[in-house]
Amino acid sequence: MSGGRRLYQWLNHRLGISTAILPVIEHPVPRGVDWWYVFGSATLAAFIFQVITGVALAMSYVPAPNSAYQSLNFITNTAVLGSLIRGIHYFGASAMVILIAIHLAHEFLTGSYKFPRELNWFTGALLFFLTLGMAFTGQLLRWDQNAYWAVVVAAEQVGRTPFIGEQMAELVVAGQTVGGATLTRFYATHVFLLPALMFLLIGIHLYLVIFLGISEPPKVGEPVDPATYDRHYHQVLEEDGIPFFPDAVWKDVVFALAVGAVVVVLAAIVGPPQLGTLADPTIVQADPRPDWYFIWYFALFALIPPSIENVFILGFPLVVAVVLLVLPFVANKGERSPWRRPWAVGIVVVAALTIAILVREGNIAPWSPNFSPGPIPATVTAQMSPSAGEGAIVFENDGCHNCHQVAGTGGLRGPDLTHVGSRLTRPQLITRVLAGGNGMPAYAGIIPPDRLNNLVDFLTSLK
Amino acid sequence: MSDEINRRQFLGRLSIALGALAGAVVGIPIIAYLLSPLIHPAVDLWRTVGPVSKFLVGETVQVTYTDPSPLPWAGLTAETAAWVRRNSIQPGDFTVFAINCTHLGCPVNWIPDGQIFLCPCHGGVFYADGSVAAGPPQRPLFRYRARVESDQLQILTRPLPVA
Repeated sequence: MSGGRRLYQWLNHRLGISTAILPVIEHPVPRGVDWWYVFGSATLAAFIFQVITGVALAMSYVPAPNSAYQSLNFITNTAVLGSLIRGIHYFGASAMVILIAIHLAHEFLTGSYKFPRELNWFTGALLFFLTLGMAFTGQLLRWDQNAYWAVVVAAEQVGRTPFIGEQMAELVVAGQTVGGATLTRFYATHVFLLPALMFLLIGIHLYLVIFLGISEPPKVGEPVDPATYDRHYHQVLEEDGIPFFPDAVWKDVVFALAVGAVVVVLAAIVGPPQLGTLADPTIVQADPRPDWYFIWYFALFALIPPSIENVFILGFPLVVAVVLLVLPFVANKGERSPWRRPWAVGIVVVAALTIAILVREGNIAPWSPNFSPGPIPATVTAQMSPSAGEGAIVFENDGCHNCHQVAGTGGLRGPDLTHVGSRLTRPQLITRVLAGGNGMPAYAGIIPPDRLNNLVDFLTSLK
Repeated sequence: MSDEINRRQFLGRLSIALGALAGAVVGIPIIAYLLSPLIHPAVDLWRTVGPVSKFLVGETVQVTYTDPSPLPWAGLTAETAAWVRRNSIQPGDFTVFAINCTHLGCPVNWIPDGQIFLCPCHGGVFYADGSVAAGPPQRPLFRYRARVESDQLQILTRPLPVA
């Protein structure tokens, strides 16, 4: 007997390779398991990337407000390959959010949450929420102005909870104000609490995948009947099953490798996100924006009617959570094929389109004033009367330019005024400035008559 | 035979009960520790933000002050800011606004010439007296209590204002 063979037998006797491990990795799966089935394993691969790069980052990151930003600066600009590791962690987080969302959508569209895999879905939905929790808490660890104000916004949102709002807000900021305890608590949540829960749930999820088997691709006209499904599934495996290793797993490996390659290439070429200004509550000239995976939610708060906002802030996440968690228990039988479930397809398409549109809107944020509009181009004011020229200065200084565009400069909140002089008469302009309306403040009582006159001279000259 | 089964049942239940007790012994202090932000009594302090003469009538200026109980490692976050408006020459006639928009807490910016506060997040606008001028906010700017002591303006700190 060769040395290698003897070593294998020695290990086999102690680890149960042939009796406990091989049957698991070679367990049969339906032959139809195709490339749409790789997103779950790719999410797991992304999670493992995140754990490894997270551990590396934690070697140098200092989770205290007086040092966190500087330690990230060190990681990014001084530490050997620190920028690459941070970049992988950042793009890995994005990859994980995208992959788990696609995995969720695929399982929903194929009805894989139905009998007997209700708990697969349930644990998967919890992992989806935890992934979003990791994404949110991870952004905060940058401890720049975006991070600081994201904590404040989160506290304000939970603060809308009836009766216990203030207490909820205090729990989020770990005290009365955002400060020393806030970052350490978010750090512990990001690196210990949430990952521990994820490891636990991933373990349960994988156990269920192996115990119950990977769901077979749905066929039109083959609804799930809890009374007969188990027999049907085992018949599928017996008649046409293939071993998970290596017949199915190679797709998972190839795709996970591709995801890893894309993440590393992006990290190397694009690099980690720029650190913004160091978190400083006394600098109010901030422009807080969440990372892309929450910017759609950020955009919603500018677009929904204020009258339903309180209900929405609390109700929307609650409804999404309840629907996702309860779904398999109230709809665990019937058709699985998306061709027979148009509502399921519609929900996924509408949700994906809505989020895509809101991400785009959130990135433009036309509702936000532009605090750096730059000067009005000299070509616009060159031929104007002295009074209109003074009016241009009023326009720039009194907040008009923060919300209105003139010749491609300024904010997007209000109408573009580049040619307002050809649209509105002088009396109409005076009324608009003094009375406000449609999201514009009324300047009556604020702007003196001479400045109003200059401003209107300027506006009427914009033809 | 039945005694043996009963003994097994007893040992099984004992193991579960002792395990739960062990969990409670460790878990209760941990949960209490995690909820400690709620247990601490609120600390409100008067903080001096400058001599009264520093503030001109009709002007709104930003002031900074130290949080009521900053932790040693809080760094810059030990400080916070507020907007102070001196309404008249009368001593003590000040209005102090939190910097937080009443929509979702982002910092509002004062535009002196336009006499408005603008919020960078969702476009909330407030007039100089803190009332809502435009945008999503439904409430006027939060206010701090202010007083004058020994010719110094002081403001009473408060927790992060929540709508």
